[in-house]
Amino acid sequence: METKTKIRWSEYNKEIADNKFFYLRSCIRQNFNPGAEKVFLSILQNKLRKEVYDDPHHTTCSGIGYHSDIVPFETFQSMVARQFSLMTERGYKNCAVSCITSFGGYNEVLSTWKEFPEELEKTRENLLKATGRTFEIPENLSHACDIIYHFRKEIATQARYRLINKETGEPLKIVDHIGCHYAKIFPEKGVGGSEYSRVLTGMIEAWGGEAVDYPERRHCCGFGFRHYLVKNNRSYSISNSRKKFESMKPYQPDMILTNCPGCNMFLDRWQYALAQIEGKVYGGENGIPVLSHEELAGLVLGYDPWKDIGLQMHQIDVEPLLNKIGVEYDPKQKFTGVRGQYINEPEFTGCLAKQD
Amino acid sequence: MYSDLNQRLKADVRLEEGLQACMNCGICTAICPAAEFYEYDPRSIAITVQSGNEEKIAALLQSDTIWYCGQCMSCKTRCPRNNCPGLIISVLRKLSQETGAFIKSRMGRQQYLIVKTIGANLLQFGYCVHPTSLVPATHPEQGPVWRWIYENMQEVYASVGANLDGDGPGALRKISDKDLDELHQIFEVSGGLKLYQTIEYFSQRKAIELGLTDPNGEADMEKYTQYLLNE
Ligand code: SF4
Ligand code: SF4
Repeated sequence: METKTKIRWSEYNKEIADNKFFYLRSCIRQNFNPGAEKVFLSILQNKLRKEVYDDPHHTTCSGIGYHSDIVPFETFQSMVARQFSLMTERGYKNCAVSCITSFGGYNEVLSTWKEFPEELEKTRENLLKATGRTFEIPENLSHACDIIYHFRKEIATQARYRLINKETGEPLKIVDHIGCHYAKIFPEKGVGGSEYSRVLTGMIEAWGGEAVDYPERRHCCGFGFRHYLVKNNRSYSISNSRKKFESMKPYQPDMILTNCPGCNMFLDRWQYALAQIEGKVYGGENGIPVLSHEELAGLVLGYDPWKDIGLQMHQIDVEPLLNKIGVEYDPKQKFTGVRGQYINEPEFTGCLAKQD
Repeated sequence: MYSDLNQRLKADVRLEEGLQACMNCGICTAICPAAEFYEYDPRSIAITVQSGNEEKIAALLQSDTIWYCGQCMSCKTRCPRNNCPGLIISVLRKLSQETGAFIKSRMGRQQYLIVKTIGANLLQFGYCVHPTSLVPATHPEQGPVWRWIYENMQEVYASVGANLDGDGPGALRKISDKDLDELHQIFEVSGGLKLYQTIEYFSQRKAIELGLTDPNGEADMEKYTQYLLNE
């Protein structure tokens, strides 16, 4: 694996394609926050007027299986090659990747093929034999957060809201959490590298908020693959998230901004679980809202929090954040179905059940 | 069973990528979240593999130790020698499963649970995770909002514009039989299915060794699963 030593990582920029993206979805994002992917596509197509293709034939990259060691590297390489084959078939050269595990995995595979051409040859043979497919290597591979970062200023120009507390006029205080596989494996694949990541803070600042640093900013959320997947080991996951919450608590953040589908879900759910275990709430009214880059971009652009972005799928209520920004929304629409009819609602939302 | 371990480790290109020349500095251990949580030291993993001591490597393959890593790859960023202990771990885990050494440790045995969940999802749905596989009773940490989503699955996903089990593109669309068939073929040709079968084979042997059998003396994998969950 090659890693370039940059003198000033904090100023480092990576190459991000401008247009014509082949979209690769995330298993975790589709399950937990499908609205984030929908709003990402809409922002690209309807606000930024870019071409992006959502191919029904692409599947999991099997990255979670790979990092939990049930999928061999050879299989993972062939799965990645199949995604590239679909991209090639549709005439695209730029991948837009929704998932951080996939993003790290694609980069690992591309780096391996560069250093060990025989692995690329073996993968070509495997894919051809298994599916009859061939493929080209993408010219550009960007994570969805890279693309939002790249167009953050255009988004700011079109924004309906700014990340400013409408009562006090102060910028909202936002902490970020970068998924480990975004840049820890290949720092040169991330905006600002791994240690000085600007990919999320750049958005926060462009949209009027204040990016707040905190000591454990770079610490893992604790997913740990096998550590969350196997129930017996979940204490590993929750302990790591707890370490992060303890570290950000003194700064009283208005929200947590993430770029990884898994981290986004864990930082949301573990606040609830910790409150149930310890009786402790780490911030906000009943927990700190956790939003991804797509969700936050959607909010500032004026998309509907429920129907367009699907923020009702978060355990931690986002309303305190919406109210601070001054987002117009209909609270009665939160738990409604396709035709706006009330479904029913969760036993409770946030960290702790409200006492009447 | 445990012969030529060095050679077998070196046959994996990832070892070359993950281990160049470890100088035993311990920076990886200082940054490692697993080292903070478990009795785990990525520095000693790098040193042991670098030493080539077959006995010590065999001991590692049979230990809980190699299963403690959380694969965050924080070690890669900080290592002054550009090593990646997390990647060395991936190579060790693969060999541990191929040789059957994984069933000798509690953490290693858990691989069976992952094959039966994530492994099955991959080939059945074409996704690592599917909402129907996230049953609230076994995922209490997912909380009341997930329970609400789960119990009103069709309506909630439709209301946020997902295409759950539908045709065409979109979130959680049904992966067609033809595409699933391509996945199966990839797993067949590139060794994915073989790894599933290897994990299952050794797990069955362990179940028999533990006396977790049916009336015919065959491994009872339901009982084995319960055993693993309570181990
Ligand atoms: S940081 Fe690198 S050189 Fe130092 S002990 Fe770890 S693997 Fe070895
Ligand atoms: S990848 Fe594994 S060894 Fe490396 S820092 Fe993360 S948990 Fe530690």
